[in-house]
Amino acid sequence: MSTSAMPESALPDPGGPPSPRTRMTPRSILVWSAVALAGATGWAVLALSRGEEISAVWLVVAALGSYAIAYRFYSRFIARRVLQLDDTRATPAERLEDGVDYHPTDKRVLFGHHFAAIAGAGPLVGPVLAAQMGYLPGTIWIIVGVIFAGAVQDMIVLFLSMRRDGKSLGQMARDEIGKVGGVAALIGVFAIMIILLAVLAMVVVNALAESAWGTFSVSMTIPIALFMGFYLRYLRPGRVVETSVIGVALLLLAILGGGWIQDSSLAEYFVWSPETLVFCLVGYGFVASVLPVWMLLAPRDYLSTFMKVGTIALMAVGVVIAAPVLKAEPVTEFASTGAGPVFAGSLFPFLFITIACGALSGFHALVSSGTTPKLIQKESQVRMIGYGSMLTESFVAVMALIAACVLEPGLFYAMNSPGALLGPTVESASEAVKNLGFTITPDQLTEAAKAVEEETLVGRSGGAPTLAVGMSEIFAGVLGGAGMKAFWYHFAIMFEALFILTTVDAGTRVGRFMLQDMLGNVWKPIGRVTWKPGVWITSALVVGAWGYFLYAGVTDPLGGIKQLFPLFGIANQLLAAVALAVTTTLLIKHGKLRWAWVTGIPLAWDVAVTFTAGWQKIFSDNPAIGFFALREKYAQAIEDGQLLPGATTMDDMHTIVLNNTVDGVLMAVFLLLVLTVLVNCAVVCVRAVRAPEPLPTTEAPYVESRIDVPEQSAEPLVGARS
Amino acid sequence: MTALIRTRATRTMQTVRWYLRELTGEAEYDRYCERHRRHHPQAPVPTRREYEVLRTLRREEHPQSRCC
Repeated sequence: MSTSAMPESALPDPGGPPSPRTRMTPRSILVWSAVALAGATGWAVLALSRGEEISAVWLVVAALGSYAIAYRFYSRFIARRVLQLDDTRATPAERLEDGVDYHPTDKRVLFGHHFAAIAGAGPLVGPVLAAQMGYLPGTIWIIVGVIFAGAVQDMIVLFLSMRRDGKSLGQMARDEIGKVGGVAALIGVFAIMIILLAVLAMVVVNALAESAWGTFSVSMTIPIALFMGFYLRYLRPGRVVETSVIGVALLLLAILGGGWIQDSSLAEYFVWSPETLVFCLVGYGFVASVLPVWMLLAPRDYLSTFMKVGTIALMAVGVVIAAPVLKAEPVTEFASTGAGPVFAGSLFPFLFITIACGALSGFHALVSSGTTPKLIQKESQVRMIGYGSMLTESFVAVMALIAACVLEPGLFYAMNSPGALLGPTVESASEAVKNLGFTITPDQLTEAAKAVEEETLVGRSGGAPTLAVGMSEIFAGVLGGAGMKAFWYHFAIMFEALFILTTVDAGTRVGRFMLQDMLGNVWKPIGRVTWKPGVWITSALVVGAWGYFLYAGVTDPLGGIKQLFPLFGIANQLLAAVALAVTTTLLIKHGKLRWAWVTGIPLAWDVAVTFTAGWQKIFSDNPAIGFFALREKYAQAIEDGQLLPGATTMDDMHTIVLNNTVDGVLMAVFLLLVLTVLVNCAVVCVRAVRAPEPLPTTEAPYVESRIDVPEQSAEPLVGARS
Repeated sequence: MTALIRTRATRTMQTVRWYLRELTGEAEYDRYCERHRRHHPQAPVPTRREYEVLRTLRREEHPQSRCC
């Protein structure tokens, strides 16, 4: 029996080899005109409706129409003209095939791999917070950003790494730009990763604190993963699909079990304070980093992948079937005043750093220059895997934005404003929301919390609870009605926590390897991966670093998400600046100055955004925005012996001063590191433009491909037997 | 008619199974064996259990980052 008759792929067509220009047939002209018209209609409805509520379906239509057009035309232009993808050229997967690191992989499978590696909690959190400015600015940035910046970055980094046998971004920077830029990039990547892990972990803490149901079901993922690990190792080696199905079933049971625990006398054992959760997470991160991967990390990864794909599909179906109405305004006044309670600062630049993943994410450059380039079968597939995966992630971000915007604005602000503003009770929160210009009664707040069986929803910032309430609203409209709301809420919390813990596991481990690599240059033994004390010390250092920021964020009297999320967003976008600078430099070195704008324009935009935001965070004299201005204000009050809003004790005042000093210094360090890379890139670009002939690059020489992959591969690859 | 539907259904199931096995790396062992037989026809092929130990050991040393 063979699986030779694969059905037509549901994924977009990769466009084929760079053949001479093809004329469009009348039929395809008709189809694409229809797609363009649909997308334009979606945009028109979004743009022109003022005052009336519109259906979220229009947002989906605008997004999908734009993605289709961008994929068909812009990504093809990049593939053919800019990168000149060549299917007669052997990819590293073919040339260096070793059955382990390098082997040609079916493009649909690789698409799945790559998507699972790039998509996580990021695109779910940013858009939710950005809903503070209304749905329109966020939607425009997510869609336009991905088409011209995010997907372009992913695709071109993937291409450049593939032409260099799968080198990492850091290696490419060192080899092609220079030592200084390379070292700055390396340190930058490490520091950015630490902040990223801390902020993501903080989202989990905020979602689980004081919730017996959530804490129980999320902590059950650890025994479930351990069980799967042992099952895979000793009972049924290698049966991953079977094990994952069992794991997902257990996971759903754990969610149901959480509801039971919540109502039982055991509940009190699972109601943990944020500080306790921080210590649990830090301990967990350390253990996960030193345990063998088969026990915890690998099975968790399988679980997470299955849940990811399943839930995202469910969300898409839910949004289309339930067709919820957007309750948020298209553009709120916070977009212009910059005085929003969720994050401070005006639309430019702060919207563009709040929504990082989903529009442009520098972290993807690390994934695109990791495993994926070593597995590509044919060059033309870079388009579907690089550009296509990122479009899909962007769609996830659009759905997260929808989930946040179907909530009553009053509830949104009651959940996402900092605790200092809201006060402790539903009455005080209701009052605070009223001062912001929205309405929600104390009864409505109690009712909303009861519907999802949580103690309270007031001040549940971090994005995850808001997304979960929005998703439960949408899902309950499709399946189960109001009675299922609590289940769907905790389902959403669980799957977000699962993503994040997987990122924390993997990130801590990757961070540990980076640190071992760096410290190994100074002291040899610590670089050895097999030397246990070295592993423990470096693991503890990495966990300690993100644990510090996590603890500082969780205990921050002014609200950790509000303080640290901008740092995270700026860091991620700065990484994108590094990636785009390296790609632009490489395009120029390859003699493609003519096409350098393809990455040059997104680079210029990204640099403008990140440096403006960073500058304001450091030098703004508005204490709501500038770290040092806020520090100054509180330091002054300490001298005067006063307590300022947000602080209840003098210790709180000192904490605020310390946190803002650390955040401000860190911000400055990030900017300087990236500036170093940018200057170095500019020098190399000028040299490349002036040189009479192209500068040498480390691109692997042309070797003719011997494998032949038909346009829609009719059969699976070698080894994929039935 | 029913026969046609059944063939269709079987095919779809096969495709789903193929995709999941590829995506999770379950199919890697088959590929490994095939390769092993080609390159070392004399040496015995490792068992699935042995292969999985090797595979996780590799994963131990090559962590893959997951994005946010």
